[in-house]
Amino acid sequence: MTESGTPVVPEGVSELDVVGVRRGSFQVSGSGDTSGFGGLVSPIVMPAPTERPYGGWFDELADEIELALADRNLPVSSVIDKVVVDRDEITFFVLAEYIVDFARMLRDEPGLRFEMCLGVNGVHYPEDKGRELHAVYPFLSITHNRRLRVEVTAADANPHIPSIVGIYPSNDWHERETWDFFGIVFDDHPSLTRIEMPDDWAGHPQRKDYPLGGIPVEYKGATIPAPDNRRAYN
Amino acid sequence: MGLEEKLPSGVLLTSVEKVAGYARKGSLWPATFGLACCAIEMMATGGPRYDIARFGMEVFRASPRQADLMIVAGRVSQKMAPVLRQIYDQMPNPKWVLAMGVCASSGGMFNNYAVVQGVDHVVPVDMYLPGCPPRPEMLIDAILKIHDQIQDMKLGANATTEMVASERLALTSPSTAEMKGLLR
Amino acid sequence: MSDVTYSSAADPGEDVYADSYETVDGTIYNLAGGDWDSIAAAPEGEKERIVVNMGPQHPSTHGVLRLVLELDGETVVDARCGIGYLHTGIEKNMEYRTWVQGVTFVTRMDYLTPFFNEAAYVLAVEKLLGITQDIPERANVIRVLMMELNRISSHLVALATGGMELGALTAMTFGFRERELLLDLFEMVTGLRMNSAFFRPGGVAQDLPTDGEKAIRDTLPLLRKRMKDTADLLIDNAIWMGRTVDVGYLDLQGCMALGMTGPVLRSAGLPHDLRKSQPYCGYETYEFDVPTQTSCDAYGRFLIRIAEMHESLKIVEQCLDRLTPGPVMVEDKKIAWPAQLSIGSDGQGNSTEHIKHIMSESMESLIHHFKLVTEGFTVPAGQAYVAVESPRGELGAHVVSSGGTRPYRVHFRDPSFNNLQATAAMSEGSMVADVIAAVASIDPVMGGVDR
Repeated sequence: MTESGTPVVPEGVSELDVVGVRRGSFQVSGSGDTSGFGGLVSPIVMPAPTERPYGGWFDELADEIELALADRNLPVSSVIDKVVVDRDEITFFVLAEYIVDFARMLRDEPGLRFEMCLGVNGVHYPEDKGRELHAVYPFLSITHNRRLRVEVTAADANPHIPSIVGIYPSNDWHERETWDFFGIVFDDHPSLTRIEMPDDWAGHPQRKDYPLGGIPVEYKGATIPAPDNRRAYN
Repeated sequence: MGLEEKLPSGVLLTSVEKVAGYARKGSLWPATFGLACCAIEMMATGGPRYDIARFGMEVFRASPRQADLMIVAGRVSQKMAPVLRQIYDQMPNPKWVLAMGVCASSGGMFNNYAVVQGVDHVVPVDMYLPGCPPRPEMLIDAILKIHDQIQDMKLGANATTEMVASERLALTSPSTAEMKGLLR
Repeated sequence: MSDVTYSSAADPGEDVYADSYETVDGTIYNLAGGDWDSIAAAPEGEKERIVVNMGPQHPSTHGVLRLVLELDGETVVDARCGIGYLHTGIEKNMEYRTWVQGVTFVTRMDYLTPFFNEAAYVLAVEKLLGITQDIPERANVIRVLMMELNRISSHLVALATGGMELGALTAMTFGFRERELLLDLFEMVTGLRMNSAFFRPGGVAQDLPTDGEKAIRDTLPLLRKRMKDTADLLIDNAIWMGRTVDVGYLDLQGCMALGMTGPVLRSAGLPHDLRKSQPYCGYETYEFDVPTQTSCDAYGRFLIRIAEMHESLKIVEQCLDRLTPGPVMVEDKKIAWPAQLSIGSDGQGNSTEHIKHIMSESMESLIHHFKLVTEGFTVPAGQAYVAVESPRGELGAHVVSSGGTRPYRVHFRDPSFNNLQATAAMSEGSMVADVIAAVASIDPVMGGVDR
């Protein structure tokens, strides 16, 4: 870390995808530890966006997608924010306003034919300012036997993402679950209500600012705090 | 029954208690409250190998109105807790509750926002059975201990005396949180 | 108590037994019993709809599933599922535990197929670690062996509970009797009948016991014979066919729209199986078929499950032939879990050779053991999605790591969660009894649905 606090960029990497900062090694503060590791500050860095050529069949896939987008008069550079190829998987970061068209293209285009959308997962990066909520859509093409991931970001202040239930009806409950747990509002969803938590629950439990909610464990007079308040060595 | 309320405590009442206890424990019908993994072990206990039909308990009554023993098998989530209480309330007296598994006894490994940390927050429990999941033999052991409780259950005037005595004991004994130094 | 009075006198003109109130959908009448004549007649043109709530506590709903059915006589007009009664917050709890401890949480989601949950999670973690190619051969063979045995036991429960729900109680006793044979095998290999945290990132926790292979081989013919008994009981059984043929109909178009996978999709004619199309753990080297039916109904799914059990037995035999001595954990000692458990003099405990090794022979081993158990290994940042073919469909694990020793976010795409959405499509227009058969043919496990 430099004095100004910005992370140091290693050689050969154009841009780091810093999504947060980890403070301290013990998960809680004020635990009475004097080793100094409680003050450690390190960035959380996700795999950086990949430049072309991606390698393997990813290039062919990306070419198909760009052609299909062009056919539909959608500007590639505005639709796709970045592409990450990591650990044999390709992720397209798509802007929220284009996700519906992108999904329709993935389903209908003969060269793509991603028949199955395997649901939505939400991930909350509270320190990735302006893009805190990520909605991740895995896709599977049975015809071409390949997988793809689409990631859409939304800000905490405006957590709206258009719903793709009209194109993939199987996403109905998945989007309800993501709303339930993260507070991402899927616009034009037929019935965006809580599905796992009781209907009158307050808060969105799987966000990082929601406590785990356990109780301290008591055993014969000794008390151990709940899992999110314990000192942990990782 | 009515008869035992009128008998004075003595040999006759004790004999009635013994017969009533024997009859009650001989055909104790469980209510189906299988929730999660423990439910599968409970079903296995009802299966051919660990047959609980030999204790008269193979009929898992779906309707709580006809059940005596509620085996809470599995983790009780916040959404399920009112349902659990309603089923318990629908059971007629005498009824017993067996908390099967660590999730029902104390929340188990899930110490979080979604699971009720022990069904004794919701219903009064007669027997706690730890295990994740408890083996069918362990479940049968817990059921047999409940049978012993039922056999020794007091009725009528004896029951009132017992209740008064246990209440007095509960009011004067310290709570678990106050018992310090037990781990030495 | 004397200052409380109870009066049964209601306001004149108000009917205590039948009050009504207006809603957006029309008038709703609350019937609390009493005299039917005192209830106002329904106005002209209003349909009479009965809403029946089945569950969440119900013997036939496969766990805590709440079905809200709108009936017109005996026909179901509208069917909706209420889920969430078993939500345990497993995914959030895993963010506060190390990667290996995550296996114990994950195994309890879909509790009938613990090995598949573990497999999906562990394969995703190994993908993030980049050690997928370094998993020893024996570990992969043991993984396939346990997964296929689990497939058989899960299908047996599906048949048993499906049969019980439709009234075939002997199917229940047969199914659970067969399952006991398999649970004995699981206990012999992993130590627990259910929910064993056996698959670990890097391999499996322990090797098979010395007489394990023989015990499994001896069980197979008995299993095959008993499965034939169960099949003979139900296949071509007129009552069973009457309850399941043309019930729960969902054709290929419906399956694709609803994203169905597993036996439901295969009953519509599409032979989609991830073990064939995107193999993992060495599945491409085993010979087995993917049973398919074209009837799209509950009977077809039942036939597929029986055929899949037989295919799993074939795979188990191939696994047993393939077992060669070797390690069962990856070589990298900074990841390999140091569980060398064996039965000690007190009935439990560590292996004395391992303790001797870490205490007297190798300081490094001691450090590795200590660090792995307290801190856990770190996984480089990134995300991975790995899917396995569980008995219910595609079970996917999406794992996000922030570079630490704990998962940042773990999400499971459970097949039952997705497949239950088809309840409405399968049951609307049929009778109430067919709803039970349709749900039983989807075979949902609420632990996986609610997580």
